Amino acid sequence: MRTKSEALGGGWSGWLKDQTRRAAAPALRAFYERFPANASQSIGETPLVALDLETSGLDPRRHAILSIGVVPFDLNGISIARRRYWILRPPRGFSGGSVAYHHITHADTEQAPDFAEILPDLLDALAGRLPVVHYHPIERGFLERAVRQRGQGPFRFPLIDTMAIEARRYRQRWRMGLRRLLGKPPISIRLNDSRARYNLPAYEGHQAVIDAIGTAELLQAQIQHHYSRSTAIGDLWV
Amino acid sequence: MDPELLEIRRHLGAYPPFDALSDELLDEVAEHIEISYYRAGSQILAANQSIDSLCYVRSGAVEVYRRTGDLFDRLGEGSIFGHYGLLRGRRVHYPAVAIEDTLIYAIPVTIFDHLCEADDDFADFVELGRPRLEAAVETQRRSNDLMTTRVRKLVTRAPLIAESGETAREAALRLADEPSAALLVVEASGDDPRYTYADAEGALWQVRGILTDADFRARVVATGLSADTPVGEIVSDRLVAVQSDETVQEAMLTMLRHNVHHLAVVHRRRPIGLIRLEDVVRYETQSSLYLIDSIFSQATPAGLAKLLPDVRTSAVRMIRDGADSRTVSTALSSIGRSFVRRLLELAEAELGPPPVPYAFMAMGSMARSEQTLVTDQDNALVLDDAFDPQRHDDYFQTLAERVSDGLNACGYGYCKGGIMATNSRWRQPLSVWKRYFHHWIEQPNPERLLHSNIFFDLDNAHGEERFIEVLQELVATEAGQSKAFLAAMARNALNRTPPIGFFRDFVMEKDGRQNNSINVKRRGTAPLTDLIRVHALACGSRAQNSFERLNDIAETQLLGPGVADRLSYALEILSMTRLRHQAIDIEQEREPDNNIEPENVPAKERADIKEAFRALSQAQKFLRFRYPMPAGGVRAGRPG
Repeated sequence: MRTKSEALGGGWSGWLKDQTRRAAAPALRAFYERFPANASQSIGETPLVALDLETSGLDPRRHAILSIGVVPFDLNGISIARRRYWILRPPRGFSGGSVAYHHITHADTEQAPDFAEILPDLLDALAGRLPVVHYHPIERGFLERAVRQRGQGPFRFPLIDTMAIEARRYRQRWRMGLRRLLGKPPISIRLNDSRARYNLPAYEGHQAVIDAIGTAELLQAQIQHHYSRSTAIGDLWV
Repeated sequence: MDPELLEIRRHLGAYPPFDALSDELLDEVAEHIEISYYRAGSQILAANQSIDSLCYVRSGAVEVYRRTGDLFDRLGEGSIFGHYGLLRGRRVHYPAVAIEDTLIYAIPVTIFDHLCEADDDFADFVELGRPRLEAAVETQRRSNDLMTTRVRKLVTRAPLIAESGETAREAALRLADEPSAALLVVEASGDDPRYTYADAEGALWQVRGILTDADFRARVVATGLSADTPVGEIVSDRLVAVQSDETVQEAMLTMLRHNVHHLAVVHRRRPIGLIRLEDVVRYETQSSLYLIDSIFSQATPAGLAKLLPDVRTSAVRMIRDGADSRTVSTALSSIGRSFVRRLLELAEAELGPPPVPYAFMAMGSMARSEQTLVTDQDNALVLDDAFDPQRHDDYFQTLAERVSDGLNACGYGYCKGGIMATNSRWRQPLSVWKRYFHHWIEQPNPERLLHSNIFFDLDNAHGEERFIEVLQELVATEAGQSKAFLAAMARNALNRTPPIGFFRDFVMEKDGRQNNSINVKRRGTAPLTDLIRVHALACGSRAQNSFERLNDIAETQLLGPGVADRLSYALEILSMTRLRHQAIDIEQEREPDNNIEPENVPAKERADIKEAFRALSQAQKFLRFRYPMPAGGVRAGRPG
């Protein structure tokens, strides 16, 4: 009989196993080999890494990654000293509209490395750890696209999404319906609003490292409030 | 340091002991912290477990216990714990539990050791057994020193920044909206690494220089330059800057050396603010001296009343600049006396010279030199014994009314208990005053003294000094001899108790209780000065100021060793809390009062205030023990 976590995580486990054989680039193959692939493994025993991208827009086909922040952690602690941060040079430049948001300007990115140059370091920072993000379509879409554009890939792997965890709790259909019935606005599941529900401080956002740290803190809080150290990672990843 | 950690660094840098660290050490701390979340109710440190980091409360609340299980302390945002364990064998001595959802920054022991070694103030702060009150007051005192204050303390806001392509008109418009008189000109592309910095988001900028309002006059208006000229063409390529952890003194010297009135303050190469020569000068001058000059140059009571905003601004400035409570209160009391004197001079000029000599007696906070920004008038007239009510009283009554009405117009409200020279009972010849004091001391009655213990702080404000000295002498020699009198005074001093649980309630209860406030005068400084007065009278002190009284008390064996110091620190903390609160009221254009709301008290000050209330509570216990209530209630005195 299949356990619930196998049912949920089974697809990803198969995919990861498959990629350890099929990935063309040795660096990617090594990444898949070390990925925590056992869906029934407990979250408390799994090394994690918080990941955040700042991008020039929301569409991976038209926009580019401007910076990446990465912070390794586990349920005991988030280690600031081991954080990594890269500013990137987008392939075709980027439009100015998002500058006000993340304050990364053309001048910054002109001398910055291309994604291909930092990919080995990025894979190294992620190695053996389960990535945690807030709102995974951005990270998944942009990373996949960036790797493919440089002739490698596919680059897809399970992620824990702290926004999806909030959505599961606060955006269930009956809850939403009830709130609408009572005339209340839907609960915000944006990073800082979600953090406030766990008494986490408001950080000044849109800086990749700070957002990664904020995401890691949020996951620690969510696990303590809604799950336990023994919750299977297959129950959490998306 | 990488700009991405500014967020963390900024928080640490706002709380002791980290606020006094050099930029370099502060960076080192921020670089190495490890962050952990604790749900309400979960254990952070268990007794006897090994400990390898100092804990810093980033958000939430924590309770620390003795090993007996008794509560040792409650901590909020910005507090540290675990240092006792780190200093004593690296084992947890005081277990800790999160009482709210809490985020902890853990600082590894290697960094902790390095901080202790590299920074004596840090070592002092965490050192075992150092009384917290003493440390807090000393830090406050040190922070007022030009030689040791770091210039980042003068920075109140981020610098106004203009890109070099912005026009002079746009830049001038932005300057006009801001209180600052200068802005920093930067450009995105530049090739001089000495002046290049990355902003909070990692963007690179090169600083060109500072543009002041004087530059706009001299280089744009006076030369007839177009208002559309880009600021990059107006600014001179010369940045004069000072590192944020240099001293205020160094900043002043830098300005003099380069003959400039504005200075960029930088952390590494990133500008964090602009300071003006006025900021530095203001920091070192006591503006109250100028104020007293202008009091004595006023020709009418109406002119005096117009000085009220200046009095307030001057006091707020001193408080903001980190002066201690004695400095601020002494300055305010001198200002108050100057008002009294000037009003009397103006009245005498109009009414003619007094028919008999007189002393205008100040009482209460003015006599103690402990005035704040909220104060009523308490005064009386002591007249020469040649005083004949039939012939002279009209003059003195008018005189008293002039002073009283004048003070009221200057912001010193009428005394609600009627203790003013306008009241004929408090406008008497010296011999009658002597009888009053004899009577109070020999036949005390707590109810009567409750209204008149204000008379046991007395000082001359204007006129015949010797009249007041006679009364001070009488009180000092007779009051301490009368057990019954001291017991009655002691009982009054116990009427009002400190609110020990106040901040605890705030920390623990999130709903409904946040609107509570506490009158820090009624529950803090007033019972403390009452208590100090009893001890001072008991040991024959002639001092009127509470700190001086405590010095006199410390010379006797009346209180245990160190107790007088502890009370002195407690009074300083509570007085400063009250003054700071009034300063905030004034800055926010509210009428100042004594009611503090806990949410307006910075977390880092709460622990000190709590400790001060605790010191007062202990001192009251001792007072109760020293002057037990007479059996069968209080001895009744003659009605009066």
